[in-house]
Amino acid sequence: MSLFNVFNISGSAMSAQSQRLNTVASNLANADSATSANGTPYKSKQVIFGATPSNSPDASGVKVLKVIEDTAPPKVLYDPKHPMADEKGYVTMPNVNVTEEMVNMISASRAYQNNVETMNAAKTMLLKTLTIGQQ
Amino acid sequence: MLNKLDAALSFHQNALRVRGQRQELIAANIANADTPNYKARDIDFKSAMQGAATGISREAFNVAKTSSQHLNGMPLQGPSNGAPGASLFRPIIQGSVDGNTVDMDVERNQFVDNAIRYEASLTMINGQLKKLLAAIQGQ
Repeated sequence: MSLFNVFNISGSAMSAQSQRLNTVASNLANADSATSANGTPYKSKQVIFGATPSNSPDASGVKVLKVIEDTAPPKVLYDPKHPMADEKGYVTMPNVNVTEEMVNMISASRAYQNNVETMNAAKTMLLKTLTIGQQ
Repeated sequence: MLNKLDAALSFHQNALRVRGQRQELIAANIANADTPNYKARDIDFKSAMQGAATGISREAFNVAKTSSQHLNGMPLQGPSNGAPGASLFRPIIQGSVDGNTVDMDVERNQFVDNAIRYEASLTMINGQLKKLLAAIQGQ
């Protein structure tokens, strides 16, 4: 029954979008982390979406293919008092673009809402279908 | 008698099936709104309905029939590529740099349109059933 597959498809998109929101949260939280577990500044992370086959040959769901590290150059800040500063007084800061991440956050949250609406519509249609023949 | 009941209801049965398939496709388009290189798909409802009406057993799988009254097997999935009612790619109105062709305005519009038409078919089936019941019970 194709309408039940809507739940799988929208569900896969919701989990992919929430993973995207997760990386946005991580990037925003670490926008000022000058160091990390391996001693280098935090690197911005981005998710790559890909279409994945569902139960139907034509309709595909979504999955996160991989999480990549942004290759943008790190921000360099002049702060001689900073403990991580080099001999010239520059600190290497994460390459997180806060504006971009905020836009990413809004986009992910809207896409999530869209899929919730899709799922609700499919649910309403299925429930209406169950009332066929009832007085 | 049973055949006539089936014929009376089969149009809306097919309509509901095709509407359901279309709803699934549009849901997949909305789900993949941010997937790079995803191409939005849809079905031509008219040709899908014609395909469904002219012969549901067109692509049916073969089942062993031991009596002439046995029904043909139903197709598991919708028609394959090229057949009437197969899923097609939506024309690109405003392309995007990542190769995605999903236009959310079009998709939302078609999604709501399809859902309302699905419910219209349901309402009409209910009306037909009520009429049949009224005829049977003679009230």
